[in-house]
Amino acid sequence: MSLAPDTAVPRWLLVPASAALALVAVPLIGLMVRVPWAQIPRLLATPAAQDALWLSLRTCAASTVLSLTLGLPLAVVLSRLTGHWAVMVRTISVLPMVLPPVVAGLVLLITLGRRGVLGQYLSVWGVDIGFTTAAVVIAQTFVSMPYLVITVEGALRSTDRALEVVAATLGARPTTVLRRVTLPLVGPAILGGTTVAFARALGEFGATLTFAGSLQGTTRTLPLQIYLQRETDTNQALALSVVLIALASVLMVAPTLVTRRSR
Amino acid sequence: MPAPPVHPIRRPPSVQRLLGLLATLALTAPVALTGCSSQRSSATLVVFAAASLTQAFPRIAQGFEKDHPGVTVKFSFDGSSSLVDQLAGGADADVFASADQVTMHRAVDQKLVASAPRVFATNVLVLITPPDNPGHITGLNTSLAGKRLVVCAPQVPCGDATLKLARLDGVTLKPVSQTTNVTDVVGAVTTGEADAGIVYTTDATAAGSQVRTIAIPHSDQVVNRYPIATVAGSSHAAEAQSFVAYVTSASGRAVLSSYGFGIP
Repeated sequence: MSLAPDTAVPRWLLVPASAALALVAVPLIGLMVRVPWAQIPRLLATPAAQDALWLSLRTCAASTVLSLTLGLPLAVVLSRLTGHWAVMVRTISVLPMVLPPVVAGLVLLITLGRRGVLGQYLSVWGVDIGFTTAAVVIAQTFVSMPYLVITVEGALRSTDRALEVVAATLGARPTTVLRRVTLPLVGPAILGGTTVAFARALGEFGATLTFAGSLQGTTRTLPLQIYLQRETDTNQALALSVVLIALASVLMVAPTLVTRRSR
Repeated sequence: MPAPPVHPIRRPPSVQRLLGLLATLALTAPVALTGCSSQRSSATLVVFAAASLTQAFPRIAQGFEKDHPGVTVKFSFDGSSSLVDQLAGGADADVFASADQVTMHRAVDQKLVASAPRVFATNVLVLITPPDNPGHITGLNTSLAGKRLVVCAPQVPCGDATLKLARLDGVTLKPVSQTTNVTDVVGAVTTGEADAGIVYTTDATAAGSQVRTIAIPHSDQVVNRYPIATVAGSSHAAEAQSFVAYVTSASGRAVLSSYGFGIP
């Protein structure tokens, strides 16, 4: 391990920093020690685990696309708002981050459920969201999009507005400024925010369970499968957790490598 | 309403002061915590109990505490499997009441309990629908075809019982969701998300007018048994034994049956 030479970090800072790392790393090491490694291949070969894995990847891909297409515009608009409006919109946008997942699921259920505030009208048209894969995607997007919004908005607020002003005075239309100046400036933040949103969706559990239910191949994602596995065998649940952690780690590291290469 | 007290403007605490405060807290907190527990002269009994006992057990504890002055009963309600995991992880408990025998066996196998488990209550399955029965469900039969049925997953006790009962009645269930605990099944039905659910009779009793209950044929042949035992290494072994005795006594049984449990 080495620190970059131009960063003068006070030595004492290493003590709490190490403690922080240990807080997260020690339980992970504990997991690595306890996990029945030999069981992992056999577990992964079961239809239940494979269905859960594919469902998780599919739904997380869908919810990340949804987070990006809806969350990115929200972040841009939010970064331009000032005063009370900014506070209000930001509070609403990030509220799912502080909601307990079960509450998020309940909120979705009483809104989009069959007898929900909106759901009852959708139901009349034959659209039933509950217990479908779509419900999983909605739950994942609900809890993960705020991470993308807050990351990108923060980056946008700290960019130099002068560049955009110059582009506009040179005759660029707002859409061109957005596409050619604003978004490229916060490219790394968009990538980072998307990654965090994906990772959050991958780990989503409570809202999915409450709103979408749990059925193999339809709504039972990897975290739900782990939860169910634990009912019969904690070791098998741990083995499956390793798969989830490995997947999440790869997904978190990949964008870092991409940005490093482009620099 | 009295006016709120006016606070003088406070300067933000400096980093040093914050660090100092944290250090003081870190040093004194363990002392304060141990001080708390050593001052208590009477015994506090910690009972780990299956989630389905959430309503009945506190009522039983009221009677027990009256009979045993100085003893306070505290509960931790969770799924039986979670409780076994917590016990295996070294959780400090005195009594363990499981919702099924398989889970209690897991605790016995891991030497987590001190006494031989005693069955103190039974439960059977019923079919529930929302009060207006929108799916026009008539029972565990073809009226369920194409309807939104929610049951427990086969991996958990209520799901295992559901599967056995369906086989006994020659019915193949096609649920839209298989939940990990029975509470979620009740929730799906009371919110109207599901047309029907299969739950324990005690859950139906607790849900009251929020559900319509339909009996299932042969349900008396798939009976769920609740065992109770004292926990190994309990520091209140005598009190733990009296609690187990109280649960299985006439007073305990009366409370249990008032919540819909069967008595063995």
